[in-house]
Amino acid sequence: MALSEPNVESNAAAQPAAAPQRAVMYRHTVAVRLTHWINALILVLLLISGLRLFNYHPALYWGNYGYSGVPSFMSISALEDIETDEPVGVTTVMGHNFITTGVLGVSYDANGEPVSGAFPRWLILPGGLALARDVHFAAAWLLVFNGLVYLMFGLFTGHLRRDLLPVAGELRPRHVLADIWNHIRLRRPRGEAARRYNILQKLAYVIVVFGLLPVMVLTGLTMSPAVTAAMPFLFDMFGGRQSARTIHFLVADLLVLFVLVHIIQVVVTGVFNNMRSMITGRYAILPEDGR
Amino acid sequence: MSLITRRSLMAGGSAAAAALLSGCDPVSMPDVESLRQILDFGQFMSMQAQRLLLAGQPLVREFTEADMSPEFPPNGTERPNGMAYFQHMMSNFANFRLTVDGMVKKPLSLALDEIKAMPSRTQITMHNCDEGWSAIGQWTGVPLAHLLQSAELMPEARYIVFHCMDEMVRTPDGTGFYYESIDLFDALHPQTILAYGMNGKALPVAHGAPLRLRVERQVGYKHAKYVNRIEAVDRLTHIARGRGGFWEDRGYQWYAGL
Repeated sequence: MALSEPNVESNAAAQPAAAPQRAVMYRHTVAVRLTHWINALILVLLLISGLRLFNYHPALYWGNYGYSGVPSFMSISALEDIETDEPVGVTTVMGHNFITTGVLGVSYDANGEPVSGAFPRWLILPGGLALARDVHFAAAWLLVFNGLVYLMFGLFTGHLRRDLLPVAGELRPRHVLADIWNHIRLRRPRGEAARRYNILQKLAYVIVVFGLLPVMVLTGLTMSPAVTAAMPFLFDMFGGRQSARTIHFLVADLLVLFVLVHIIQVVVTGVFNNMRSMITGRYAILPEDGR
Repeated sequence: MSLITRRSLMAGGSAAAAALLSGCDPVSMPDVESLRQILDFGQFMSMQAQRLLLAGQPLVREFTEADMSPEFPPNGTERPNGMAYFQHMMSNFANFRLTVDGMVKKPLSLALDEIKAMPSRTQITMHNCDEGWSAIGQWTGVPLAHLLQSAELMPEARYIVFHCMDEMVRTPDGTGFYYESIDLFDALHPQTILAYGMNGKALPVAHGAPLRLRVERQVGYKHAKYVNRIEAVDRLTHIARGRGGFWEDRGYQWYAGL
């Protein structure tokens, strides 16, 4: 029952003909709902432990080697302003310096005291390097297992093919542009269109599932001297160990961006309906002639 | 215990089934020990998976001189405290001796020149610090496998412990000295060497003179510096705080392939 094809329950028949049509569809299978929430928890753990790890060496490089003294692609540091005796947070990207006091490099604790550290304390896992490594790697395993469960069920139930695979015509520039216009106007999908993911949604999910998350796992593995002993081609794939670390960080940023946009979309298109559909599976369809 | 089983079950690919089956179990808050077990589970998986990947004992990538990093930051101790080490420095390690003992049939006590006369291996490899930086340097040393063969390991020996001359914290019982340990899987790997040379010169003090371990498939803190005793053991529980290394005794994982 849990794995049955999403179906449409319409209560229209039970209502008098004059009442407005209000259809509820079974949108998300239990596998999608479970892996979604487990994934959400894992991503939070990976992010806060990953930022904790980054803070131990807050600089990114290209190539195989990188350490304090090697020109960095990006770095976050704290300087002392000798005139005011106050620490100043500095973020350097490709040679350009930005003062980021309060957010990056230097942030303020609950008492308003400045604290040095690349990412602010409130955003990172408490504890030291050993704990951050343990959490990051344990969560990474869970991400992989959870991802495999999702893909297995996705193939088995047809979720990937039916819900994520763009259908003929959807990738035509005209259609994509029309959909972008719909997004700009914050237009909520109605009727038949609300029964499916729109093309931007499909593309975003496909890119995250088959692009960003696998790249995160592979660049993570490229940082392991044991894994690269068995699979040295990983160095060539990403342009070196430090390049892999940099890509790991940048793709993590893209995932954070995805999650933020995702949450905004959930809010814009109806928090209650969206949350219900991801918890119980049931999703209400707005009638075509919406008011 | 039951928590880890449930996790493993979920990990096994039946998240949905596990959640449904355990639906009527009261969910108790995991205590700290259970959380520890979940974290150790990740490390256990990493070690098992990596050992599977490395079953054929492949070599880590060796680089060319052109790939070497212009500098090589020292990690950990940069010069051990204490007169004993200072006198070794002053005499250029002329009176230094490496002890190989424990579960070996022929314990050894070797001068640096004797070690340098043994078969040597030179390799240009990447050093990965667990903080995230990496550097590439050239190392010359005796393969650990050769030393262990010369000392004739007993069949019961399972781990090799590296005792170091740098005291990290002062303790009455001497458990504050740096030490590390690896198992035979890594100890007998051809690229696991006891290095006395770096970048074509004698190993500098900052990098662990006169002898440091290179265990190329693990991260920085496993590469013990200032090694003066190698001990073969069948278990690690009786050494210092029993977790197999100075940092391991303080919460770090013993296996550090990542």
